[in-house]
Amino acid sequence: MSAITADALSRAHPDAQAGIYNDKVVRQFSVMAVVWGVVGMLVGVIIAAQMIWPALNLGQFGLEWFSFGRLRPLHTNAVIFAFGGCVLFATSYYVVQRTCQTRLFLGPLAALTFWGWQLVIVLAAITLPLGLTTGKEYAELIWPIDVLITIVWISYAVVFFGTLATRKINHIYVANWFFGAFILAVALLHVVNSAAIPTSFLHAYSAWAGVQSAMIQWWYGHNAVGFFLTAGFLGIMYYFIPKQAERPIYSYRLSIVHFWALIFTYMWAGPHHLHYTALPDWTQSIGMVFSLILLAPSWGGMINGIMTLSGAWHKLRDDPILRFLIVSLSFYGMSTFEGPMMSIKTVNALSHYTDWTIGHVHSGALGWVGLISMGALYFLIPRLFGQKKMYSVPAIELHFWIACVGIVLYIAAMWIAGVTQGLMWRALADDGTLAYTFSESVRATYPFYAIRLVGGTMYFAGMCIMAWNVWMTVSMGLKAGPVPQIRIPAVAPAHA
Amino acid sequence: MADTNNSSANTKPGSRIGRSHEKIETNSFLMIVLILAVISVAGLVEIVPLFFKKSTTQPVEGLQPYTALQLAGRDIYIREGCFTCHSQMIRPFHAETMRYGHFSLAGEFVYDRPFQWGSKRTGPDLHRIGGRFSDEWHRQHLKDPRSLRPYSNMPAYPWLADRMVDAESMPRRLRVLQILGAPYTDEEVAGAAQAVEGKTEMDALIAYLQILGTAVR
Repeated sequence: MSAITADALSRAHPDAQAGIYNDKVVRQFSVMAVVWGVVGMLVGVIIAAQMIWPALNLGQFGLEWFSFGRLRPLHTNAVIFAFGGCVLFATSYYVVQRTCQTRLFLGPLAALTFWGWQLVIVLAAITLPLGLTTGKEYAELIWPIDVLITIVWISYAVVFFGTLATRKINHIYVANWFFGAFILAVALLHVVNSAAIPTSFLHAYSAWAGVQSAMIQWWYGHNAVGFFLTAGFLGIMYYFIPKQAERPIYSYRLSIVHFWALIFTYMWAGPHHLHYTALPDWTQSIGMVFSLILLAPSWGGMINGIMTLSGAWHKLRDDPILRFLIVSLSFYGMSTFEGPMMSIKTVNALSHYTDWTIGHVHSGALGWVGLISMGALYFLIPRLFGQKKMYSVPAIELHFWIACVGIVLYIAAMWIAGVTQGLMWRALADDGTLAYTFSESVRATYPFYAIRLVGGTMYFAGMCIMAWNVWMTVSMGLKAGPVPQIRIPAVAPAHA
Repeated sequence: MADTNNSSANTKPGSRIGRSHEKIETNSFLMIVLILAVISVAGLVEIVPLFFKKSTTQPVEGLQPYTALQLAGRDIYIREGCFTCHSQMIRPFHAETMRYGHFSLAGEFVYDRPFQWGSKRTGPDLHRIGGRFSDEWHRQHLKDPRSLRPYSNMPAYPWLADRMVDAESMPRRLRVLQILGAPYTDEEVAGAAQAVEGKTEMDALIAYLQILGTAVR
């Protein structure tokens, strides 16, 4: 891979852009992923503290926007769609060019996806604290922002699939199947779930009511997990783990089977968020059955990723980036085991509405999505800024350990809190009356909220270390001269 | 540099699954079509029938659409993110019906756009909170939750008492719900602004809380 400066290139051939990868948009998304990661996790730490010290809800001091109910959607949107979204844009744009050996289709449209997505994030950060919300979890943004998201997303699909269509390699690489399914599914989910009739520029009523509204919302919500936070990140796994380990994917056949099984099965699992509710029983039961089946394709993916290391296990000892990637898969395996278990109706009867759910979500979010994102960014950022490696490798080590300890504290605290709440809510005294008031279950939870705050703060601290390391790497890269222009290798004619 | 670490390198030509999948993974259009087909099935099976079942589309007997004041209160409930900590869904378990009242029925939610069943109980379920406490209790509790529940971690909402309901927007809100099927008369829509005139956001929110779950006892 030869890196030469843009100046030299354009002097040599005016049409030289066509011969180099479009990494500008990848650089932009990568850096913003780190920025939004810090912001989103900071909001998480704030709301975790508010749950222990309600005086930190500053409504009583006239700052009503600094209240848990307003900030919690800001936290979820910032970490999922701002941090996670930027990681997905960056990695998919990087991967699709490398594996198709062609420049990104329609560069200006790719630039539009970057600025459009940043605008969505900024608008979300303004509207959510103002209380402008639809009242649907992970789909809180008001209708004009939903329209903007749709425009950006369609542009994303055009850029991505356009690049696939103009590929120089005959086969579509497996990472792109996952990125492609993620882009298509999120488009479908977003458009259907957001359907609404406006009453003003800032407010609308959902086209869906009651039970239908609930089912559509959790069909959306569960697949925001299944496609945004899983399929997209499996795309990352399928490129960055083989690259960093310098080994081919363990099993091609397994990747085919688990891809189609995963995208088919995930879409059915939404009703497990609605067990024992007023949703008809048959729908709940279908949701549970498919949630149990989902264990198989999920673990298929995990095994394919982890076993890619066969013969190279020793690399885990001294490569912290590979450790981020592989440990993320362990958390993926853990939370995709826990998920089906929690979807069993009798287990769900205890776990639902408790902090166990929060623990489950964060073992996936911090452990799987967070760690694999950080691993991929540590891989990308030096390459994108013409450096051999990150400014400080020991800082990557430190980040890894502080993040892991933070996750363990967080999820263990939430497990114990959740099971405690579930048991206290159902406990009966000898005379057959309820053994505990609701207040007593809240009181019992405070120590675990405190442990969770410690765990979350550690994870946030790790992200800050990363931000510093990225800052130093980028400024070294920029000081050394213009960013590298990476030339697309000449491809032998595609073989059938 | 091994950027060609892709499937063509790993295809095992001998495997049947590899051969039959080759058609798909060498044709981006076919891949898009197949992905769309595969991800569409579940929604069609799980969602579409819900629009045609009486139990999920008909209101329970006695259920009225929200009055203008209650609707304004519901919109404030949503604005403040109450759903992030309170469910509105009583499950059919002994301990749960003892604590909260009759389990929730699908027909109680047909006017809820969107539903507010919630996913987390940092605070208790609110589906049948209506009529369980006095308006005065709610007023005090919303202003200063810990004056009534010492271990509560609920935020205080003092500003609701100082702010008036946005009366001018109410007719448009009722009108949209009417278009979506709520049985409001045109007079109710036209009189929606007047109906909330002089009411604070606190009044509206309490009016909403007090009607919750009262159609079924």
